[in-house]
Amino acid sequence: MKLTKTLMASTALTVAAGAVLAQDMADSMTLVSWGGAYQRSQVNAYADPYKEMHPDLEVVWDESSAEAVAKLRAMDEAGNVTWDVVDVVAADALRLCDEGLAMEIDPEEHLAAAPDGTSAEDDFGDLLVGDCFIPQIVYSTTFGYRTDMVPDGVEPPSDICSVFDLETYPGKRSLEKRPINNMEWALLCDGVAKDEVYDVLATAEGQQQALDKLDTIKDEVIWWSAGADTPQLLADGEVFMGSTYNGRLFSVIEEQDQPVAMMWDAQVFDLDGWIIPANLPEDRLARALDFVYFATDTQRLADQAKWISYGPARQSSAPLVGEHAELGIKMAPHMPTDPENAQNTFLYNYEFWADYRDDIDAKFQAWLAQ
Amino acid sequence: MSDTTQSGPVLAADGTPLKKSLQKALRAQKLRALALVAPLLIFVLVTFIAPIADMLFRSVENQIVSRTLQNTVVALEDWDAEGGEAPGEAVYEALYWDMFLAAEAKEHTRLGTRLNYEQTGVSSLFRGTGRGVDDIGEDQIDALEDLNEAWEEESFWYELMTGGDGAAKDGSQLSAARERLSTLTTDSYRGNVGFEPGAEISALLPRTVSEYATFAVYTVFVEEDVVAEEEPWEAVKVALIEELKAGADLSGYSGPGAEELRAAQEMLADQPDIDYKAAFLKEDKDWGSIPVWQTIKTYSPPFTSGYFLNAVDLQKTVDGVEARPETQQIYIMLFQRTLFMSLVIMGSCILLGYPIAWILANLPVRTANLLLILVLLPFWTSLLVRTSAWKVMLQQQGVINDVLVWLGMVADESRLVMINNQFGTIVAMTHILLPFMILPMYSVMQTIPPTYLRAAKSLGATNWTAFWRVYFPQSVPGIGAGSILVFILAIGYYITPEIVGGTTGTFISNRIAYHISSSLNWGLAAALGSILLAAVLILYWAYDKIVGIDNVKLG
Repeated sequence: MKLTKTLMASTALTVAAGAVLAQDMADSMTLVSWGGAYQRSQVNAYADPYKEMHPDLEVVWDESSAEAVAKLRAMDEAGNVTWDVVDVVAADALRLCDEGLAMEIDPEEHLAAAPDGTSAEDDFGDLLVGDCFIPQIVYSTTFGYRTDMVPDGVEPPSDICSVFDLETYPGKRSLEKRPINNMEWALLCDGVAKDEVYDVLATAEGQQQALDKLDTIKDEVIWWSAGADTPQLLADGEVFMGSTYNGRLFSVIEEQDQPVAMMWDAQVFDLDGWIIPANLPEDRLARALDFVYFATDTQRLADQAKWISYGPARQSSAPLVGEHAELGIKMAPHMPTDPENAQNTFLYNYEFWADYRDDIDAKFQAWLAQ
Repeated sequence: MSDTTQSGPVLAADGTPLKKSLQKALRAQKLRALALVAPLLIFVLVTFIAPIADMLFRSVENQIVSRTLQNTVVALEDWDAEGGEAPGEAVYEALYWDMFLAAEAKEHTRLGTRLNYEQTGVSSLFRGTGRGVDDIGEDQIDALEDLNEAWEEESFWYELMTGGDGAAKDGSQLSAARERLSTLTTDSYRGNVGFEPGAEISALLPRTVSEYATFAVYTVFVEEDVVAEEEPWEAVKVALIEELKAGADLSGYSGPGAEELRAAQEMLADQPDIDYKAAFLKEDKDWGSIPVWQTIKTYSPPFTSGYFLNAVDLQKTVDGVEARPETQQIYIMLFQRTLFMSLVIMGSCILLGYPIAWILANLPVRTANLLLILVLLPFWTSLLVRTSAWKVMLQQQGVINDVLVWLGMVADESRLVMINNQFGTIVAMTHILLPFMILPMYSVMQTIPPTYLRAAKSLGATNWTAFWRVYFPQSVPGIGAGSILVFILAIGYYITPEIVGGTTGTFISNRIAYHISSSLNWGLAAALGSILLAAVLILYWAYDKIVGIDNVKLG
């Protein structure tokens, strides 16, 4: 009788203890990312080491980052958010924050300090855009060109304006089918000073000026909407030069050995990182925060660069960037943030595009359709 | 004879009138039929019709403005939008109360995003102001707190607002606060707040009590804190300052905090008034911009035609409906293009499909089945694979161009441009939709007896006459069915035009997809979708009038 009682009591205790632990952190977590090589780099650098520390955890990946904003909004309206940590570009993070769909982050509380004690806030610096965004990498949208299509006796293109120079560099170009970046490049090559680009672009005349400049090459442009398009067009020899994400060009050049070279001039920096959906249940939130704390520390961010040529968002990670895990080449010179590559750069202007995106996009699409 | 002369209704065997009994039997039959289809019917209603209706409803829904700016919208009613002057102080004061609460509840940026679709720059205007709105009235609040530290104490405020233990209570402000918050966030705020306003103070300082009650409800339900342990937010203090300055009559008041209130009133008399307009203009000069206010006023009703107007290249302004600037007109052109290209695709499907269907119908069954598999094979292949295959075929360094160059028919420098334009879309979509045309045609042609053609010929008709006068009319129902299928599928096609359409070959559905997934302008997407749906229904109706829907056969 006494034994049974003790047994029952201890069972109850164990169950209660288990319940408390389970309450603390959920044992499954849904991560949302972009698929492909990028997601693989995240699995290798973040998810696998984290799983080693928490063997009972089940990690589910969802490749929905491209539609994350719309899907998260739909989930929120349906009252059933199934995602725990979502990888988005900074512009989308800003929108999600504005819509109240992403949780606000306090860098001091939610993110790890650098090994030398620098606070997370200082370590990430200006890259902490918006209140909800946890930066992960710096990538850039830049141009690559086919080295075998450079005309004889002409220097290979090294200036952004060679994109608009059809005389010296005849051939097709591929540009993204949206105004962002294209309008800035057009103005830059139409004689607008770099620090005045957004002031000019804020006016109707400036927008027209950019479209007029783009008009000079419109017949020679193939417009892309997926990041894989330009690498494919370059590999097929369909275009002479084209814009895309620098990591995609890296894999065309280094992994697929195509006759393609980078033209880093006027590359546009953009950020990619995590957000945590607003109003998660407590146990899932605890899990998400724990994961993000781990996955954005100095070493983890540097590790990601072993698998993909995107720069870590922390200053303290930069010296730790080593060699590619499979190719064995030094990664630093392939980073958009490398001083050699970053001689002339732009930072995506989030506030500007949040305001002007709808207006300029309408004009841009109308211009495209003409 | 005797039967017909009998008066009264005809009776069934069991004595009930035959009519009734028949009706009963029929009703039972109908119910049984209904019960059988009920699962599917309910499934379709719940998973298909309801979401579509909900989505289409967004094309007119616009409650976010009046929900977020509850006071401002009312205050704006008196403002003359065409007068060329920014609104007066009263509107800015109303804006302060709305903006403060919206910023606390983080609803202001949603409204900013919504209004930014209509007026560029509103998004950052709201985002920026949301950050600075709690600084408004800062000098006066500081003066108040310098005068007596009690104004920073949560327990003092709680005592003041409840009127102390045992004082008479007045719950009306509290229910108004619940109402105000649930209008703003569309959540419900039922339950115990742990605070009830005192009746005396409610009568004396209604605005302050109202703000405090809102603060209390928010603290309890959103922040999940205890009211008595939290210092009220700035808007409560601003409300108090306003009311004391406006000369609230404290002479008869003897409840908690009477001393402090009198001292504060005396001190505040020397303080300048809070200038809301100047404060907002300091936050962002765009608050003085007339177009911003015009946009807010134009879009303040809970329902709007604005999305539909945008969807047909018009815009809503204070002067009424206007055409959009020419540089932004795109949707009418896209609708026209979508209709035109769908018709072309349908036409080319008929031209290509008819001979194939005819051959299939006239071959021996065994051979026909083999050929039918060839027709269906691409049908079973992924849409993306087929579209990408066309890319490889048609691009400038692609298979067709390579062959043409090799044959010497095209110079290497002037390879044909066959993709990323209308031509590419038409070719790829014709290929993809062809089975939808061939199959109904084939099944209709199978039912046409070959003897008719032979009879016509034996009566002296030429091959052409026999085909055109005898065979073709009988195959029209198949063409009709195929055409409707292909046209309706084509008009809503999205992925193929996106991949091979370039700039001149994209459809309206590509813009709808953009507004759903990128710009998040779901209202406009819903309006465009509704118009597309209406266009299809009208065309279907016209088809019924002209050809007759009875003439459509799937087999």
